[in-house]
Amino acid sequence: MSMINYASREINCKIVYYGPGLGGKTTNLEHVYGKVTPDTRGKLISLATETERTLFFDFLPIDLGTIRGFKTRFHLYTVPGQVYYNASRKLILKGVDGIVFVGDSQIERMEANQEAMQNLYDNMAEYGYDLTKMPFVIQYNKRDLPNASPIRDLQGSLNPGWEVTDPTRMRITPDPAHAGENLVEQLPTGEWIERAPYFEAVAVTGDGVFETLRAVSKLVLKSLA
Amino acid sequence: MPVGAASWSFTEDDFGAITSALERFLTDCNARSALLVDRTGQLVATCGERPNFDPTAFATLTAADFSANDQLAKLIGENDFQSLFHQGEKESMYLADIARRVILVVLFDNRTTLGLVRLKMKPTVMELTALFEKVFSRASSGNTPNVLAGADDEIDKLFQ
Repeated sequence: MSMINYASREINCKIVYYGPGLGGKTTNLEHVYGKVTPDTRGKLISLATETERTLFFDFLPIDLGTIRGFKTRFHLYTVPGQVYYNASRKLILKGVDGIVFVGDSQIERMEANQEAMQNLYDNMAEYGYDLTKMPFVIQYNKRDLPNASPIRDLQGSLNPGWEVTDPTRMRITPDPAHAGENLVEQLPTGEWIERAPYFEAVAVTGDGVFETLRAVSKLVLKSLA
Repeated sequence: MPVGAASWSFTEDDFGAITSALERFLTDCNARSALLVDRTGQLVATCGERPNFDPTAFATLTAADFSANDQLAKLIGENDFQSLFHQGEKESMYLADIARRVILVVLFDNRTTLGLVRLKMKPTVMELTALFEKVFSRASSGNTPNVLAGADDEIDKLFQ
């Protein structure tokens, strides 16, 4: 739920990083915090357990620039990865404007990824939000690990595409981030499908972190335009 | 099914009405400052003494506090808690729901009492509820100016 404040000339938007436990959601925020200049970001708030697992959420406010004289302020949140914290996961999704799903590329985490993705769909539906119609990007993290699954497998499992029902959207839309791939395309069966934009990342070194953030923020602002 | 959460905006006139209601309230009850936070954790307005903490972080934690307490209320068979009170040694805070979308937070010290804050808060909550209901009904009717309409090029430029 973006909020436009005409008095302070600010547009405030909320982005949530979602995904399985230990997948790198907090690491994404820590990298952003470390790289942006202090005058464009606020405090990084972490409500974590003693073992540094996110208990409630991490939070980082950042300014991304000015459009039409309005400061664009993004509030970045992460949710706890563990399923037994679902009550707090759900609370964080309230009023969300854009979602980043941080998947763990390791083969043995595939099931945890699928479980988290299903849980995301379910929690969004409970609020009455349709994930397929809002700003949503996927980040495949930990691409540097030797046991990382091929992108094709991750895409097949987590981002197989949803059916496009709106005739105005039934046209091939190339993926600007991956040459030769499409975000919207027609299957040999005649059915049109759309996939969420995806990015490869190594969040501990920062690879792909800003590409992901830029993509989702842009989608959020475009959804308001 | 709606796409996602609807956006809402408030004008300088709304802001003027909100702050004048808050200023009157602060004078009446002698509290230090008042903050309005929306339920998603965004700071809407502050009034009174300038807080010496990070108001953005404060707003986020306030919304989380209120949301968590809403869930606690449901567990004990209540719909929600209309207000919350946190008592400190010197500083205390009182939080109240406004139109189910906004939270009013009042910070006060020993120059006043909880009783007086609660007493004076009631009409302020009613006044602000009426004001915000107007703002939200304008947002849901789609009758708000869209500041970003046609700004696609500018958005593209921002991310180049």
